[in-house]
Amino acid sequence: MTVELRELRRSFGGTVALDGLSLTIEQGELIAFLGPSGCGKTTALRCVAGFERPDTGAVFIDGADVTRVPANRRDAGMVFQSYSLFPNLNVRDNVAFGLRVRRRPASERHSRAAELLELVGLGGFGERYPHQLSGGQQQRVALARALALQPKVLLLDEPLSALDAKVRVNLREEIRRLQLELGITTIFVTHDQEEALSVADRVAVLKSGRLEQVAPPAEVYDRPATPFVAEFVGTMNHLPGRVSGETVEVFGQILPLDNAAPGEEVDVLVRPEAVRVTPSDDGRGFILASSFRGSIARLRVQLDGGGEVLADVPGHEAVRLAPGLKVDVTLVERPVLTAPRTAVAAPVEPVA
Amino acid sequence: MTGPVRSRRRGGGAGWLAAAPLLAVTLIAFGIPVVVLVVGAFTVKTGGLGFDNLSATMREPYIGALWSSVKLSAVVAVAGAILGAFLAQAVLTSRSGLLREAVLTASGVLSNFGGVPLAFIWIATLGNSGVVTAALGLGPGALYNFWGLALVYLYFSVPLMVLVIAPALDGLKPQWREAAQNNGASTWQFWRMVGIPVLGPSLLGGGVLLFGGAFAAYATAAAMVGASVPLVTLQIADALTGNVLIGYENIALALSLDMIVIALLVMAVYLPLQKRSSRWLA
Repeated sequence: MTVELRELRRSFGGTVALDGLSLTIEQGELIAFLGPSGCGKTTALRCVAGFERPDTGAVFIDGADVTRVPANRRDAGMVFQSYSLFPNLNVRDNVAFGLRVRRRPASERHSRAAELLELVGLGGFGERYPHQLSGGQQQRVALARALALQPKVLLLDEPLSALDAKVRVNLREEIRRLQLELGITTIFVTHDQEEALSVADRVAVLKSGRLEQVAPPAEVYDRPATPFVAEFVGTMNHLPGRVSGETVEVFGQILPLDNAAPGEEVDVLVRPEAVRVTPSDDGRGFILASSFRGSIARLRVQLDGGGEVLADVPGHEAVRLAPGLKVDVTLVERPVLTAPRTAVAAPVEPVA
Repeated sequence: MTGPVRSRRRGGGAGWLAAAPLLAVTLIAFGIPVVVLVVGAFTVKTGGLGFDNLSATMREPYIGALWSSVKLSAVVAVAGAILGAFLAQAVLTSRSGLLREAVLTASGVLSNFGGVPLAFIWIATLGNSGVVTAALGLGPGALYNFWGLALVYLYFSVPLMVLVIAPALDGLKPQWREAAQNNGASTWQFWRMVGIPVLGPSLLGGGVLLFGGAFAAYATAAAMVGASVPLVTLQIADALTGNVLIGYENIALALSLDMIVIALLVMAVYLPLQKRSSRWLA
C-alpha cells in the first residue's frame, strides 16, 4: 500500500507546521521523518492517522483520498510515544481492543492476541496489566495492538523516545525485523538521527514544515542536499575556505566543490571521519581532548591559527594520539559542501 | 543487617515522631468521642451493657428515618455524581480557560455552602412565598418534601462533585482516546470500554463523598422541613435535646453508631476501587 502526501499545509494559529509537504511512500517501505522539534514531522504523521486535518492538500492511502475520512475509519495502526495502553485492560485485551470494537468472537480475539504477543516476544504476558510491564514491554504491546487489525499502514510516533538507550536499540531492531517480515508500509517519526539512519529505507529530513531531502540513509549522510541536512545529520566541522572556480582551498588542500558556493570566503563542511590526524612536530595544531567511543576515538584538535576541528580516528589509535600531542591535519580528497562563512571555524555537534 | 535497612528503621521512627501531634489531635477529636459514643450506645437504662438501644434503632420511628436518610443520600449521590461529572467534563474540555477557572472557583465556594443560610436562600426562592414561586404561580409545599430537600442538597453536592472529579478527568490521557479511535472505536465505544471504566472508581468515590455529605447533613433539613421528612440526623437531635421525650440520649448514640457503620460499609467498597483508580490515572 502506498501513502501519498500531496501539498499538505497546516497551521496552528500563527505557527506553520506543514508548508506544502509532498511525499510518496512506497509499498512495504519504512520511511523515517527526521527533524528538530517543531519541524512538522508529527503533524504530518497525524494527518495520515486522521488526528489532524490539513488546511489544504490531501492524503492518499493506496490511491484513495482519505483526507476527510475520520481516524476510526482509516486503515492505519499507530504506536504512540507514551505507549497509551488502556490501563483498565490486560495485555491480551489491549491487543484485541480493535477486534472487540469490530465485534469479533472471543476465540478469534484471543488467538489473534496470543499470536501477536508471540510475534513481539511477549507470549505468556497476556494476563498482565500495563502497570506491571516495563516501558519496553509496554511499547511492544502497543506495537502488537497497532498490528492487530492488519492495517495497510503502520505509523510510529517517536515510539522509542521514552525508553532506555539499550532497550531503544533492541526495540528499533525488532521493529525493523517485524516491518520486513510483514512487509507493511511504515512511517517512523523520530528526532534521533541514529535511529532514523539505522532502520529506515529512506529518511525524509524536515525543516519548518518543508521537506529538505528524502533519500536513503547513506545518501542523506554522505551527500546532504542542503547545509541544514549536513549539519542536522551527524557532526560537521566548519572550516574556513576560499573558493576558486569549481574548487575550494582549505588547509592548503584543493578540493572539488559539491554545491554552488555562497561566496568566495566560505565555510567548508567536513565530517570528522573525513579529517586525518597525524603526529607531527611542525603540525598545524595540537590535540586538545580525546573522547574514546569504542571503535573510534573523537579528537578535538586546537588549530594554531584559532578554531577547532573534530576528527574521528580508529579506537586503537587513541593511546598514540593523546591530548597535548602536536599534530598535522589533512582532509580526505572528496567533493565538499560549503556554507556561508561564520565568524569562527568550529565544529557543529548534532542536534539530536 | 545492612545500612539501608537500619536507616529505613530510623527514618520510620522519625516519621512517627513527626506524625505524633496529628495522631494526638485525631485521638482526642475523633477517638475519644467514638469511645464515648460506643459505650453510650451499649449502655441500657438500668446502667448495664446491652443491645436495647441498638434494637430500638431497628424499630419505628428510627428505622424509617434511617431508611429515609439512606434513600435521600443515595438520590443526592447518584444525581450529584452524574450532573457534576457532566459539568466538569464540559468545563474541562471547553476552550475557555476563564470559564474553567470561574467554574472551579465557584464550585469551591458553593460546595461549602450549607446549613441554615442555604435553607433560607431556597425558602426565599422556592418556598411557599418565594420569589420564583410567586412569579411562576407555583403551588405551596413544592420545596418541603423529600424531593425538595434532595434539590437543595444538590446545590452543594454538584459543585463538590465537580471538584472531586476534575482531577480524574484531567488524568484521562488524550492519547487513550486517539488509540481507541485508531483501533476503530467511536466516541461512545471509547467511553464505554475505556473512559468510564477508568473513571469508575473516581466517580464512585465522588458518589461516596456526596452520600456522606447528605447523610450527615442536619441544619439545612432542620430549618427547611423539620419533622415532615424523617431523617436520622433530625431524630438524633430530637433524642439528644429531649425535644419529644427525655431519657433517649443513648438511643441517639446508638443511631450515631448506625450511621458510622453505614459510612464504614460504603468506605469499604470505595477504598479498594480508589486505590486501583489512582494507579491508572497516575
